[in-house]
Amino acid sequence: MATPYVFNVQKYSIHDGDGIRTTIFFKGCPVNCAWCHNPESQRFDKELLYFRDRCTGCGKCIAKCPNGANTMGEDGKVILDRSKCTACGICADWCIATARDIAGKEYTLKELVKEAEKDRQFYEESGGGITLSGGEVMSQDMDYIEQLCKTLYNKGYSVNIDTCGYAPYEDFKRILPYVNTFLYDIKAMDKETHEKYIGVDNELILENLKKLSADGARINIRIPTVVGVNATEEFMNDVVKFLKDNSISVAQVNLLPYHNTGKHKYSKLDREYDTEGMMEKPSAESMELFKNIFVKNGFNNTKIGG
Amino acid sequence: MAKFEFDPVKQRGSTERTRRLRAESMSTQPHIYMERAVLETEAYKMYEGTCSVPELRAKSLLHFFQNKKIYIGEGELIVGEKGDGPQSAPTFPELCCHTLQDMHNMNDRKIVNFTVTEEDLKIQEEMIIPFWEKRSTRAKIIPSMTQEWRDAYEAGIFTEFMEQRGPGHTVGSKKAYEKGYLDYQKDIEDALAKLDYMNDPEALAKRDQLNAMHIACEAVMVLGKRYADYARELAEKEENPQRKAELLQIAANCDVVPAHKPETFWQAIQTYWFTHLAVTSELNPWDAYSPGHFDQHLAPFYEKDVEDGILNRDQALELLECLWIKFNNQPAPPKVGITLKESSTYTDFANINTGGVTPEGHDGVTEVSYIILDAMDNMRLVQPNSNVQISRKNPQKFLKRACEIARQGWGQPAFYNTEAIIQELMNAGKSIEDARNGGCSGCVETGAFGNEAYILQGYFNIPKIFELTLFNGVDMRTGKQLGLQTGNAEDFETFEELWDAFAKQIKHFADIKVKGSNVIEQIFATYMPAPFLSIITNDCIAKGKDYNAGGARYNTNYLQGVGIGTITDCLAAVKYNVYDNKKFTMGELLQALKDNFVGHEDIHNLVCNKTPKYGNDDDYADDLMKKVFYLYQEEITDRPNMKGGTWRVDMLPTTCHVYFGDVMIASANGRLAHKPVSEGISPEKGADVNGPTAVIKSCAKMDHLKTGGTLLNQKFLPETIAGEEGLDQLANYIRTYFNMDGHHVQFNVVHKELLIDAQEHPEEYKDLIVRVAGYSDYFRNLDRPLQDEIIMRTEQEF
Repeated sequence: MATPYVFNVQKYSIHDGDGIRTTIFFKGCPVNCAWCHNPESQRFDKELLYFRDRCTGCGKCIAKCPNGANTMGEDGKVILDRSKCTACGICADWCIATARDIAGKEYTLKELVKEAEKDRQFYEESGGGITLSGGEVMSQDMDYIEQLCKTLYNKGYSVNIDTCGYAPYEDFKRILPYVNTFLYDIKAMDKETHEKYIGVDNELILENLKKLSADGARINIRIPTVVGVNATEEFMNDVVKFLKDNSISVAQVNLLPYHNTGKHKYSKLDREYDTEGMMEKPSAESMELFKNIFVKNGFNNTKIGG
Repeated sequence: MAKFEFDPVKQRGSTERTRRLRAESMSTQPHIYMERAVLETEAYKMYEGTCSVPELRAKSLLHFFQNKKIYIGEGELIVGEKGDGPQSAPTFPELCCHTLQDMHNMNDRKIVNFTVTEEDLKIQEEMIIPFWEKRSTRAKIIPSMTQEWRDAYEAGIFTEFMEQRGPGHTVGSKKAYEKGYLDYQKDIEDALAKLDYMNDPEALAKRDQLNAMHIACEAVMVLGKRYADYARELAEKEENPQRKAELLQIAANCDVVPAHKPETFWQAIQTYWFTHLAVTSELNPWDAYSPGHFDQHLAPFYEKDVEDGILNRDQALELLECLWIKFNNQPAPPKVGITLKESSTYTDFANINTGGVTPEGHDGVTEVSYIILDAMDNMRLVQPNSNVQISRKNPQKFLKRACEIARQGWGQPAFYNTEAIIQELMNAGKSIEDARNGGCSGCVETGAFGNEAYILQGYFNIPKIFELTLFNGVDMRTGKQLGLQTGNAEDFETFEELWDAFAKQIKHFADIKVKGSNVIEQIFATYMPAPFLSIITNDCIAKGKDYNAGGARYNTNYLQGVGIGTITDCLAAVKYNVYDNKKFTMGELLQALKDNFVGHEDIHNLVCNKTPKYGNDDDYADDLMKKVFYLYQEEITDRPNMKGGTWRVDMLPTTCHVYFGDVMIASANGRLAHKPVSEGISPEKGADVNGPTAVIKSCAKMDHLKTGGTLLNQKFLPETIAGEEGLDQLANYIRTYFNMDGHHVQFNVVHKELLIDAQEHPEEYKDLIVRVAGYSDYFRNLDRPLQDEIIMRTEQEF
């Protein structure tokens, strides 16, 4: 059983299902959404985040790195050679400018259960629980994830799965008995748009949704709403039609307005975030309009936001 | 981001009357009121040597109430001022005689100033100073202290509450509404008749004390009678028929109270207010005087009056608003010197507990509880400190209404945990009824209302003692050897050796502090009895003993531990980096501290950013918090005091964490020299990075039930607690903390940007109130470091 990397454990999450929750973000994702807010969630390996603007050129990291991955640049700031970096984190300990950090921490199953349980009393008071998210939780070692879900379920916690749906259905089947609610993303209805912005075909995703519904899962549909991609009445109507045609049982619909607060994180990984001019935040009025499309069609429990 | 709107002064209040009275209270400049000092001096000149000390004190109060100027403001429904009108601050030269320089300082200070006139200065110079300079308790206290006490005091290792103000923390009980002062006089006469001159060697002292209480009853009744007469006099001249009727009703009320027990809701409030004035005129006790479970006390009057058709909800609300304004009219007595540095505020710490349980243990929430919440919401005043006690038996509706007010972002109400309070009090030896009837006063301090003298003795600077330990007992600020020579820290081979040295230093300074306070306690018992306060505190009459000499049923001394967040993170920084992981040596750390981390940025980064810290639900740090908490708590708890009671601890700072930080060099957790230490039991600023639930979890690992109160500040952004759901989660958050035995939590709900703007443009934010530490204050009245600190307190997101 391979131990997955976790890049964040977010306490007091109140937008990932009922009550006060702890959301565990696993590292690594099979799809590639153009607007992804968490670039550090995309790769499955541990990574060094380096915010070069903050570097003061003290040179401590050059001296401390066991692999010689750091050299002084002509501008007086350190250059990181990622091909040599093993993400051991020593440089981050000694960086006085807090320009370096490690994304990805290994948790044994036992350690992660312990972490997940810490806010038990808040879950009990508020009807909350634990949400497994990512990256993509369904792309991790499923022996580990199944065991995690089962352990938490047996301890009496509500477990939610926040997923893009891009995984073999057998994997969903394995955890289904232990899951309270699936937070299931729909990002585009037509194949071309989906391939363009998400990087993969949506057939598997929609098929899995049908099967989950047929198998009695409790499902919240989550729609990241992005101007330039899917923030249209036409798309919302398509989603409604799909849900109705396939008799998907929906507990709640969440329309999540796009924001670009993740932008600054891309440079830390020496990656580009190229959505300028392509994508925008939807207006409050249009969000209300979209919401009404769902409500009008019988999805009374539709919310803007999580 | 939408700006929060703070209503202009004049617009708050449920009626035109209260809006106007509130505006007047807010816009009047606080000023010194010399008449009390003058009458006090006259009384001492007349009576000193002719009667016992307790009788002298009572006669002084009587002389004051017989002769002081009395005041009824236009439109007032509740009457009585300590001074000559709103915002008038009497002085207490018998406790602390201000020098002329002090008087100038009060007048000239930019914030929390008091107007002092030329005439005031002349009186002070010619009459007050010559008579009181060498007679005040302060003049007796300082020379009675040992050199080691004075050194530690001057170094900022602890403070002393009783140096300028009288012992207090007095809270009323139900009795205040069941008896008038004629009834008390009858009780006193019964007690006098029972004195056993045959066998009791204290019988004479008891006689003097009881006689003094009898005179003190007379004093407050004289005040009531003068108000009745004055109201009738004004009514005669009044042309407006409505006001005339009100004045006649005020006169009728004052004919009944305080001599007799109140008959109506209005009279019940009025009698409370007379008692408040008498307690705070007799001496200037820490902290003022509070009405206890006011909602429960008023409920029977409210119900009866409504049934009788003489009162409706709106009228009850207006009367309560009038009382709120009365509280706000009383600025705290002006302080001087070091005490001013510790706590600069006009707030006199009157505290109202709403909610909780009845003495029988049932849900204590009534309609009056909701009216009090409305009054609090409408008035938005720093005084009285309006708070709620939340019991698991209280309805969710009550908690949510309190949350609704709290999230408006002006710091009130704070939330106290009824079940924790009851267990704390019972753990300290109170009966279950007295415990249920108890609550919090001052900031968060637990007491058995009406039955206990629980006296705050001072703050204890725990991080500073660790600083001394690292430098073998030497104060790095002055180079003086203040502590024991427990060894060079560089020679300690294990964390345990360092810990043992620290424990020895804690004991050393606790001994010095307790010895000093015990001497001061005896000075008060001998020279400064409080006969009026003794009337209303059980069981002073039955025992024939003064409040200041052990007359109360329970007698507790509290020492307030400050800086638990800072000390925990210091211990974690040393243990983690020097001993467990050997990132740097003790020698390197000490050099970095001396250099204020300049040139030691790598060490600073490690201790700030790469070390486990309190406030994150991380046992590495939190176990150290528990260890240091128990060290302190066990060192102090159960030491005997001089009134037959014991010492216990509180964990609260008021504003003293700023002063305590100022006397320190840099600390091992990365805190720079002279910056504030952590406040209450809150984590060090910026140390908590795992959100509000982790803060609560860490804080709840402290054994709150072994204290007499802990203080936790949480700041939330307004948009994160918006809507019905935000309200629900805030309520759940509080309930969960209280399920874990948390004692108290309070919220600042403000934008950081707004505070920064308020700092730059104080004139535009005259009405901005923030929660400071167990009380709220005007942001513009806080000095810059404290403002900075409030801005920096970690913002929690909902």
